[in-house]
Amino acid sequence: MLGKLTWQAIPWDQPIPLIAGSAVVLMVFAVVAWIIIAGHLPYLWREWITSVDHKRIGVMYVLLALVMLLRGFVDAIMMRSQQALAFHAPGYLPPEHYDQIFSAHGTIMIFFAAMPLMIGLMNFAVPLQLGVRDVAFPTLNATSFWLTATGALLVNISLVVGEFARTGWLVYPPLSELNYSPGVGVDYYVWALLISGIGTLMTGINFVTTILKIRAPGMSYMRMTMFCWTALAANLLIVAAFPILTATLAMLTLDRYAGFHFFTNEAGGNMMMFINLIWAWGHPEVYILVLPAFGIFSEVISTFSGKPLFGYRSMVAATLFICLVSFMVWLHHFFTMGAGADVNAFFGISTSIIAVGTGVKVYNWMFTMYGGRIRFATPMLWSVGFMVTFVIGGMTGVLLAVPPADFQLHNSLFLVAHFHNVIIGGVIFAGFAGLTYWFPKAFGFRLHEGWGKAAFWLSLIGFYVTFVPLYVAGLLGMTRRLQHYEVAAWRPWVLIAGLGIVVMICAAACQVAQLAVSIRRRDQLRDETGDPWDGRSLEWATASPPPAFNFAVLPQVYGEEPYWGIKRRAIETQQLSAEPQYEPIELPRNSPTGFITAFFCTITGFALIWHIWWMMALGLVAAYAVFVWFAWRDVEEYVVPAEEVARLDRERRRAREEWLAQHARVGATAAGATA
Amino acid sequence: MTDMTDERSADDVGPGFLDAADHGVRQGIQGYVIGLALAVLLTVASFYAVNTTLIWGPGIPVALVTLAVAQIGVHLVFFLHITTAPDNTNNVLALAFGVLIVALVIGGSIWIMDHLNERMVPMDQMMNMQR
Amino acid sequence: MSATDTFTLTPGRHTDPYRVGHDHDAGRNLARGHGEGGPASKRVIVGYGFWIFLLSDIVMFSAFFAAHAVLQTATADGPHGRELFNPTSIAIQTAVLLLSSFTCGMSAVATEARSQLWTQLSLLITGILGLVFLLLEGRDFATMVSAGAPPQRSAFLSSFFAVVGCHGLHVTAGLLWLGTMMAQVFVKGFRLNILRRLICFNLFWHTLDIIWVALFTIVYLIGLGR
Repeated sequence: MLGKLTWQAIPWDQPIPLIAGSAVVLMVFAVVAWIIIAGHLPYLWREWITSVDHKRIGVMYVLLALVMLLRGFVDAIMMRSQQALAFHAPGYLPPEHYDQIFSAHGTIMIFFAAMPLMIGLMNFAVPLQLGVRDVAFPTLNATSFWLTATGALLVNISLVVGEFARTGWLVYPPLSELNYSPGVGVDYYVWALLISGIGTLMTGINFVTTILKIRAPGMSYMRMTMFCWTALAANLLIVAAFPILTATLAMLTLDRYAGFHFFTNEAGGNMMMFINLIWAWGHPEVYILVLPAFGIFSEVISTFSGKPLFGYRSMVAATLFICLVSFMVWLHHFFTMGAGADVNAFFGISTSIIAVGTGVKVYNWMFTMYGGRIRFATPMLWSVGFMVTFVIGGMTGVLLAVPPADFQLHNSLFLVAHFHNVIIGGVIFAGFAGLTYWFPKAFGFRLHEGWGKAAFWLSLIGFYVTFVPLYVAGLLGMTRRLQHYEVAAWRPWVLIAGLGIVVMICAAACQVAQLAVSIRRRDQLRDETGDPWDGRSLEWATASPPPAFNFAVLPQVYGEEPYWGIKRRAIETQQLSAEPQYEPIELPRNSPTGFITAFFCTITGFALIWHIWWMMALGLVAAYAVFVWFAWRDVEEYVVPAEEVARLDRERRRAREEWLAQHARVGATAAGATA
Repeated sequence: MTDMTDERSADDVGPGFLDAADHGVRQGIQGYVIGLALAVLLTVASFYAVNTTLIWGPGIPVALVTLAVAQIGVHLVFFLHITTAPDNTNNVLALAFGVLIVALVIGGSIWIMDHLNERMVPMDQMMNMQR
Repeated sequence: MSATDTFTLTPGRHTDPYRVGHDHDAGRNLARGHGEGGPASKRVIVGYGFWIFLLSDIVMFSAFFAAHAVLQTATADGPHGRELFNPTSIAIQTAVLLLSSFTCGMSAVATEARSQLWTQLSLLITGILGLVFLLLEGRDFATMVSAGAPPQRSAFLSSFFAVVGCHGLHVTAGLLWLGTMMAQVFVKGFRLNILRRLICFNLFWHTLDIIWVALFTIVYLIGLGR
């Protein structure tokens, strides 16, 4: 009746997951109960859950990312503490549990923390920077988000019902095949990723179409912001790479569910092919993560240096170069699998070459800063921290790109330190920079600077104290994923890394404090004009937060940094441009389609994991029915009347005129704005 | 509201659009008939190539691939209306990007897996290592 | 668009600090989709977005093709392609699918002419041909399974069933979509959003035939030679 699902699926005999799971369930219960009792549900449903507005969806993505970042971080704390304790000792985590923790840590961090963080920021900022009202397919956008949430939910359910994969975050066969992983762990992994992978693919299609086909009048390709260019490149990579992940996981699923022999030991299966295909996805994936990060830094560095980005054209070229070459390097993840010298040499060289693109970017950022009037607000701190940290991480990467060196260091802690170096230094730092930078735009008040700076410094220090020792331990021969170890030479380094994680816990606490304090003091931190940082791109031309339609009238773009031009003009002439002719605006209607489809996909995924076939069929039919029901609707849009548009826009203009009056005749570039 | 007006533009064309030349029913059908005829020809040629001794044996796969590529081209032009007209640039670029990725994935995988398989220890030797 | 922006800069004079970009906006302000003329029309947006989706689908197929290319010799002492493939059946399937692509094109012409009758008729024939294709393919699969060549027999067979089966699944989904479209066209007529969806369906159906060309060439015809 319920497939493989029994009461034994709940980990009654394992105290740690039991307590952790119960705590999470209770917390979720409490939050949901509070929402319902306090009467917030109608508001949440109307304004957020059924929203197809890219700004709302972006915020939800980032929220999901931050929660999952915390969850993945807890896994990290457990791993570091286990290793700190487990010298000639068993530690406190049994191997079966430890294996699930490092697998979950990687899976969650990549798919449900880093990806949603970047995608969320792209969702929020790209349409605003392009000067348009929304992405190409708003309801699809909402569906993408909810499908990602479904994947995250499934992974988290595995904590309480069943188990997670014990194979590492890339589930290599034959360990991930049915013979060696007979439980439901790998199935949780597979279905979470297949479902959320559909969401991510839809996002890729959405943004490629938006950036190529929907821009403000006058905005040619070379007048887009750098963030839009990197978003384009990243989404092209999503469209090109995620189908490979889908296909490869589908092959593994066929092996596990239908007895196929793609990657099995018997009947001619080839496990090396899994590794080949999964990394053909896996390498572009890390560029999907890091390209938007580069874009965020381009925005932040030029804004806080008070200068246009140096070498815009070479930045565009470097971005496209990285995009293309990222598909020609994937074998460097398995140099040691034995393809031979000529194959290894080709990919080693191509991997070294791809570093050139990033080098061009780093120099351009430095030259942007040079000669500028730099303001070290929190986003700028994250950027400078990134430049140092990422360069170090990149250099260790180029070191690993040399096959003979990689033969020594493959799967050691050196590798682990390298990729954390670039992902934390690149993606996470960018996430916090972008978060702090665009937070006032999204919510109308800034984040508290003091706590932000504290969070930054503690993160920076914490990162180095945690991972530099891991570089050393790796060079001393310590491999990754060890539940316990006996080599005395590694001990001091593991202990220092354990200290580092404590510093990072403090950093995380500062982030939470920053949010709490900022919300409490929001009236003092209010962003009155919509341009708190003296910005240069179009999102700063709107009010904070922007109205649903973003721009009352789509801006006419005459050059690069269109908002900067508009602002200079207004400051010089001491007046805003004339009030435009307000017209009614059509916007897409909210829709519960995304949420309901994802709900049924969760049911289908859960049913597939536990082999509850009737539930699976039900879920699939229901998901299809929702789609048809949505396709049948007659009214797709609603109209914002011209008077309402005028009212909102006049409010915005009033705020800007006030700022102009206060800063009369100065022509200074202090934080302020116009349009 | 928006859906009341037809949204055609002469300057930009999406893939699959029939209205680029703004012709009548007859011309429309003509395009598809030509495409069908060419595709049938190429298909028959492929099946023939396999069954005949006209082509040198080891060259048959090459011939088949060539015929397949030609037929895919026929489909793209006559059925999908992907042409090299200036308003079609975005569509062609997207296609080119897709073709590049496909070539890298298939070509790269074959090259890599070939090498890996070549250099893999034979099974009986590997089983002896288990002891 | 912004009608009263009081910029005194003349359009065409650049304000970019680095003078990047060419003088595209002179006289081309009405051009949509090339970027300078503002957002493209919904038709173009939907068509292009679906085209990108199809390209991603083709990449997914390429992964299955790659797997098949690698595993085609891994027959594990089991049956080979030439023992199993039925060239006549494959030829008929190819003809049927190609014809269905043609009738799908006919439905596009009928839709342009706004003829409810001819649109529904050609869509119906497309669907029937698609169904015939699936039935033939299903029969071939059943024959192979009963001949001791199920996908569980060897890696070669696994990859064969997967790549051909993936195409068949897409055809099945296409038929479901076709039925839905026929119902929508019947009930709602040639509304603009229905027209956009028909364009997408056309793209999808033609692409399936393109993939079949690659399939029958690589999997069947080349496979027959092994």
